[in-house]
Amino acid sequence: MLAMEIGFSSGDSTLIATAISELGRNILSYAQQGEILIRAINGCDHPGILIVASDKGPGISDVQQALRDGFSTSGGLGLGLPGVRRLMDEFEITSVPKRGTTVKVKKWKQ
Amino acid sequence: MEVPILKQGGFLIATVQAALTDADLLQLRRALVERVVQMRSYGVILDVTALDVMDSFASRTIREIAHIIRLRGAETVIVGIQPEVAFAMVQLGLTLEGVATALDLEEGLQYLNQKFKSAASSAKH
Amino acid sequence: MERYPQLIHSATESPGNCIMSHPGVEAIDSKEEDLRYLPEVFCSCFLDCRLGGRMVRKFMYMGRGTILQMERSRLMVRKRDGDVVTQNETAEATPRSETTTRLLRELVAHLRQNRTPVREEWVGRITEAQLLMAMTKEEIFAEATSVYDSYVAALETGTFEALQNYARNLSERIIPRGVETHEVVGIVLLLRDVLARSLFAKYQGDFEQLNRILDAYEPAANRIANTVAVGFVQERERVIRQQQEAIRELSTPVLQVRERLLILPIIGVIDPQRARQLTEQLLRGIRTNRAKVVVIDITGVAAMDASVANHLVQTVEASRLLGATVIVTGLSPEIAQTLVTIGVDLGKMNTVGDLQGGIEQAERLLGYKVVMIAEAG
Repeated sequence: MLAMEIGFSSGDSTLIATAISELGRNILSYAQQGEILIRAINGCDHPGILIVASDKGPGISDVQQALRDGFSTSGGLGLGLPGVRRLMDEFEITSVPKRGTTVKVKKWKQ
Repeated sequence: MEVPILKQGGFLIATVQAALTDADLLQLRRALVERVVQMRSYGVILDVTALDVMDSFASRTIREIAHIIRLRGAETVIVGIQPEVAFAMVQLGLTLEGVATALDLEEGLQYLNQKFKSAASSAKH
Repeated sequence: MERYPQLIHSATESPGNCIMSHPGVEAIDSKEEDLRYLPEVFCSCFLDCRLGGRMVRKFMYMGRGTILQMERSRLMVRKRDGDVVTQNETAEATPRSETTTRLLRELVAHLRQNRTPVREEWVGRITEAQLLMAMTKEEIFAEATSVYDSYVAALETGTFEALQNYARNLSERIIPRGVETHEVVGIVLLLRDVLARSLFAKYQGDFEQLNRILDAYEPAANRIANTVAVGFVQERERVIRQQQEAIRELSTPVLQVRERLLILPIIGVIDPQRARQLTEQLLRGIRTNRAKVVVIDITGVAAMDASVANHLVQTVEASRLLGATVIVTGLSPEIAQTLVTIGVDLGKMNTVGDLQGGIEQAERLLGYKVVMIAEAG
């Protein structure tokens, strides 16, 4: 996996894979269509990985609420986004109602 | 890929062989829930050693399987969760509350045996 | 339901490249709306491109299709309608301006011609400044020669990889000998000065031309100095990190005291990074020792902040997922307060006052009974 190539430990690689899986699941359950891009990045001197998940779904009207544990509108556990945030080091979300949502997350090699 | 389910005495053993799609998981749930009564089993072991990612859907489905099976009168134990997977699950906030876990198949069998031995002996008293 | 996104990685000859395909997750790209009817796989990859003389990794989106060929700088995709599209090393590269190239070529020729005197001048200045005292004269001369040649090559090609690799390699060799950062920066700056001097000498009659040459030389020279210095510092940091890692690993032993019983005594300050490492070591230890009970003793930890306390709770939960019970012992009043403040679920935490009590409880859980020999007899 790319994460292994960048030099992430197997523990971190599992966290990253889980985050990708959650983001993919979010797209499927809310927007049906979307894409996930994964790439290696370089911080000041740390290698890392960037994952961008974007969709053109209904968007999220209250992002703050969506980031709280236990919030879900799809009948899931509502752990997706806050969970992903805990798995990764950096988390950024932009969402426009009726336009779509983009989630950008990064993890740096320790 | 369908998960094979073996009958071993009073137990059912389901061993996950490779990454599961959502459909596989739902199929597994259906099969186990049906067979546990059909085969008159009182214990189920679900071996997930082969899973290297467990996301919220997988985790929730496994918890549901364990709970439904309890309502059907049997006990479930999940075995073989990998250390990395366990850590990722906990970070996600998925802890399989109320579900028994064991290190591997051997431990899982021992757990169920002990459980039913003590149940049998307390019934005698 | 076969819509679970799957990632297929590294199916290529060159490391770092990756193909992603998401069966079912449809690709949307406003610029390529017309591609919507194509097969489910969308092709994208990272290409190594040269941009303004610099190697960069670029993300290429190819729309949906089948990947025919993929190389470090080329991706060929067959679209469903039979069209074959190729992405080559990007044409966006902004080449150096003609004049800069010509001037640098002139400069490189000059440096090659005067390799021997300039290099000697440089080594002389290094000795004078009492840099690299840990190395012998011959060693300095040999390294200086390599640095000089890589330097000129970097000026000529405008790519810094070779120099970067050399700098890393050099650092690896000289760091264990105690060479300091200021020395490395010092020698590169000295080389920059020596070269500039030699340019002054050559063009002293033609001020205009000297100015133009310096315009081309200075940015390149500064970039080189930067590259070497950063390379050295990075290498040093890597060494330090490695040592830290080793120390950390030694500082948190996972001990087996009985069959199936592990003890993890934690002493000192726990920062988030150490906490992570502790967890990884413990979870691995549970698996390799087939542990059923773990006693984590934190008598030696005076305080922990909320995030580390949270981590402790997560470690307990993760251990349970592996089938092991965790007993935490030796909680200081402050730590107990922190755990209450973050609202820990006490049903999930098994705590005992001290290590001895913890081990006793662990033994009970495992079915051991410790009896004095006299009593037993």
